[in-house]
Amino acid sequence: MNIARTVDCKGLAEYAGKLPNVAVARDYQFTCSNPGQEMIKTDIREMGLTRVVVASCSPLMHETTFRRTVESAGLNPYLFQMANIREQCSWITENKVLATERAKAIVRAAVMRVNVNESLDVEKIPVNSNVLIVGGGITGIEAALQIAESGKKVYVVEKEPTIGGYMARFDKTFPTLDCAACILTPKMVSVEQHENIELLTYSDVVEFSGYVGEFKAKIRRRPRYVDEEKCTGCGQCEEKCPLSVPSEFDCKLGKRKAIYRPFPQAVPNVPVIDREHCLYFTKHICKVCERFCPHHAIDFEQKEKFVEVPVGSAILATGFDLFDASRIKEYGYGKFPNVITSIEFERLTHASGPTAGKIQLKNGKTPESVAIVHCVGSRDQNYNEHCSRVCCMYSLKTAHLVREKTDAKVYEFYIDMRAFGKGYEEFYKRVLHEDVTFIRGRVAEITDVAQNPSEKGKLMVIAEDTLLGMVRRIPVDMVVLSVALEPRRDAAELARVFRISRSKDGFFLERHPKLAPVSTAGQGIYVAGSCQSPKDIPDCVAQGAAAAANVLSFADKGEIELDPTSALIDEEACSGCKICVGLCPYGAIGFDEPSSRAVITSVLCKGCGVCVAACPSGAIEQHNFTNKQLLTEIEAICS
Amino acid sequence: MAQILVGDSEPVERTGHALKDVFLQDVYGIPGGEKIKECIQCGTCSASCPTSYAMDYPPREIIAAFRAGLLEKVLMSNTIWLCSSCYSCTVRCPSGIKLTDIMYELKRLAIEFGLTPKKAKAPVLAELFVDIVNKNGRIAEVPLVSKFMLKTNPLGAFKMIPRATRLFIRGRMPLSSHKIEGIAEFEKCAGAMTETMVSSLHAGSVKQETS
Amino acid sequence: MNRAYDKSTQLVCKALDIDLAELNDWNCCGASAYMSIHEMKAHLLSARNLALAEKEKKDLVVVCPACLTTLTKTNRYLAEEPRLKKSIGASLKAANLQYFGSVKVRHLLEVIVNDVGEEEVKARIKTKLSNLKVAPYYGCQLTRPFGVIDDKEFPSILDRLLAWIGVEPVNFPLKAKCCGGLLMMTNEDVALGLTRNILDCAKQNGAECIITICPLCHMNIETYQGDVNKMFGTDFKIPTLYFTQLMGLAFGFSRKELGIDEEMVPSRPLFEKRLEVVG
Repeated sequence: MNIARTVDCKGLAEYAGKLPNVAVARDYQFTCSNPGQEMIKTDIREMGLTRVVVASCSPLMHETTFRRTVESAGLNPYLFQMANIREQCSWITENKVLATERAKAIVRAAVMRVNVNESLDVEKIPVNSNVLIVGGGITGIEAALQIAESGKKVYVVEKEPTIGGYMARFDKTFPTLDCAACILTPKMVSVEQHENIELLTYSDVVEFSGYVGEFKAKIRRRPRYVDEEKCTGCGQCEEKCPLSVPSEFDCKLGKRKAIYRPFPQAVPNVPVIDREHCLYFTKHICKVCERFCPHHAIDFEQKEKFVEVPVGSAILATGFDLFDASRIKEYGYGKFPNVITSIEFERLTHASGPTAGKIQLKNGKTPESVAIVHCVGSRDQNYNEHCSRVCCMYSLKTAHLVREKTDAKVYEFYIDMRAFGKGYEEFYKRVLHEDVTFIRGRVAEITDVAQNPSEKGKLMVIAEDTLLGMVRRIPVDMVVLSVALEPRRDAAELARVFRISRSKDGFFLERHPKLAPVSTAGQGIYVAGSCQSPKDIPDCVAQGAAAAANVLSFADKGEIELDPTSALIDEEACSGCKICVGLCPYGAIGFDEPSSRAVITSVLCKGCGVCVAACPSGAIEQHNFTNKQLLTEIEAICS
Repeated sequence: MAQILVGDSEPVERTGHALKDVFLQDVYGIPGGEKIKECIQCGTCSASCPTSYAMDYPPREIIAAFRAGLLEKVLMSNTIWLCSSCYSCTVRCPSGIKLTDIMYELKRLAIEFGLTPKKAKAPVLAELFVDIVNKNGRIAEVPLVSKFMLKTNPLGAFKMIPRATRLFIRGRMPLSSHKIEGIAEFEKCAGAMTETMVSSLHAGSVKQETS
Repeated sequence: MNRAYDKSTQLVCKALDIDLAELNDWNCCGASAYMSIHEMKAHLLSARNLALAEKEKKDLVVVCPACLTTLTKTNRYLAEEPRLKKSIGASLKAANLQYFGSVKVRHLLEVIVNDVGEEEVKARIKTKLSNLKVAPYYGCQLTRPFGVIDDKEFPSILDRLLAWIGVEPVNFPLKAKCCGGLLMMTNEDVALGLTRNILDCAKQNGAECIITICPLCHMNIETYQGDVNKMFGTDFKIPTLYFTQLMGLAFGFSRKELGIDEEMVPSRPLFEKRLEVVG
């Protein structure tokens, strides 16, 4: 009793039956059901119908259903028209008379219009089954392996000299306390060894053109000054290099050589020369590495190269960047040497880190007390409004590691404890037993100004213990700031190259937050992992696999169908004003200089109609929404 | 008309509106006031406040109590009168709550409804200040301080004499007070005001009855 | 009680060719006290000053951060809250006044640093204040809540100016912490405690002198320094001057002209041997 509640369906059917060209008009409940659809098919076949109108719900609901119905009865699906007498009629008024009058107008319009509908054929275009994955962290690695296993070719582009992303820098992962490198490096090796994966490290994507199924990626390969083919990863060059500089992988807490591999298990295990510091590039001396390389793999003449690869789809798995804690002046990061960030702590506690796994202060001593501060740069309207999801858990992990490796007193300052995942609450419980003092209160300030002799030389962490209703001022030796996860600093540039949108917080925008978290508005381009929003490793892996599944769904088919309701330019009428070119949100309109006409690439066209409306010469029309069709509808309503 | 009961920590009734709702709407109505709904009780305000150690209840608890309608607790404590307007809370609050401005509103509400703790000296000082500015258009320090001391701490007034003398000797005691020309005009402007509160300019606020 | 601030300000501005004109018939801004009783009328007080300044086609420069914050707040709210603008506009009309929102409210310190600049300030130095270690005390309301003039937690604009006039601003972590303000009148114990922290920090960092930019801070730190000592058994004897007084000394004006002998904590021992005329 949905539509019939306000619309007189019987009367409407009678009215419809009397309209011009209408051979039969039926009043039927649940036309979308199987019997209903059968009825339509039978009518088409028996009566030789050439057009069908269904007056019912919104086209978003069942237009596709009915188009398939008529197609299976041998009629072109675009000779079907839907009249929405539910959402736009029956549901908006209680007045039965008005509702029925309105329904009559809507049906009349649909009937008159469908007479001038044209058959449209769905074009099928072949798709290239190659896939481009941008980002070689755990997400990109997962997606690459899934796709490669299915037999498709994958290009993995990674801007660092090695794949592995942030995970390669972690010591242990929550909640299982698995060693990050132990679970990650086998996967990294698989990526390198897989016959279907081509690994392009120390590279960026500079251009990405084309359309779904037929993209072309232009990739800049930056020079390592080491020949990847010849290098065996023996490490002699690194050993002999006389220059040490702060290591980015170790958050500048440790050193590396000017020719270096970021970490011992780097993939590919080929070093790169840091041009900014290398003595040869800066002072034209040294070249010791070249002298000692047994395979003559050093090549100072190497140049930047550009390669172009054809792919059918792309997955962006570029990850995140961490909040710059020096922005919060009252926390003293950058001023107090023993205020460090969570990632710096990971490097300290890591067995192959700058202190060989020893948790120590800048003066080398073991801290007797450590404070862990939640929500640094997260959940804060002054910095990032969002919650970074993983910090509560990695803060608990930090507390656990400090207690495991030292006798230090640990104070954890939190606002909420977000332990949302599998085994996470249990891990919280575990840490509650490890003699950590939890204080529910957001840290307001960290100061070194001593108020009494016992505070001298310490860092005082000031927060209100809200559960007690008292402000607490706790002197500690070391403070670990659990910093927020933010979009990559170059996210805007990447979004521009791939023509995808970003949400308000700067992360890449998914098509639908619940039902399509790895697709984007553009066809053929997917996002996965923490470049879409902050997430933990299990969710990154899940999204990597999800993106792979999405990609395989059409890479396997080998072709995709194009929606025929695209825009089309009447060349004769086009005056070459170029207004439409800039307006198209999908970059589907180009300009042919020789003929001075705009040209639409129909495979990119999404049928949004902006160009149709904007063209001052009226030279653009849209299939299935032509002027004639729309005007017929309007005239019918007004008559 | 129901009386205001100064008693226990339950919301009181006045002219049919629950006082709690009146106060809440008032606070929501000041510029940025609605942000108080976003308070996640993190305690940054209390920990940033230089005087919170001396307060009966720290600022965070005042917000919680206020939202719960415990007006007695909020207004009869010494908390709001210990606010020195340093704005540390305001600049650090992760929810962007203008806590200092809310403290001002609570002060105004306390005075309007006569809900101030007996010992509190700050309301006395504020009211004397207003009187002098209303009369002269400018503040006169000596009358202000002397009247204030006599009202709140006559004994202390005596103790201040040595300091006053020292200041006088150094020429730092301005004994004359200046009355501005436009003071009558100012009163005219004040009289022409259609609203007494910024919060009543906002849609949905419950307008106070001017007593 | 701030005659010295007035005197020194006038002299320094004259020396720097800053044309200061007293706003005709200005009224009190109301500071925190008036706003604690009446909100709209408090805004009206500020709006009147702004309207009068606009009539004279000048920006408003103040030497008190409380005035700065109060006037700036009203100025902003008038721009952001259309109904407030309408209501205040109607009130002002009763005195034939209007305000169109064009006035900028500034603190003299910022005007000197940004508009006058290093070269001009240095060019007027006639006296060297060699090796004088000063603690630049900003207090709360110069940079909070708006953060327009400088950083809200650790400003440095006064440090820079002090370096220009040849003194050494020391590291001073509590430079922008509250001295208690008006609480010195109403809750003396609390304010004395806050003032004590500031004095202590200045002393710990080797400051010989504290420089302020706010009359109320000056009162608490200078006039009540003795009370701090009495309450806490400390023996602070840190001379405290307004920034314009120190600038005035550097520019060669006499102590008397700058009101420096009017202080409670004598600074004569400090400056006696330190002033070197440089020509």
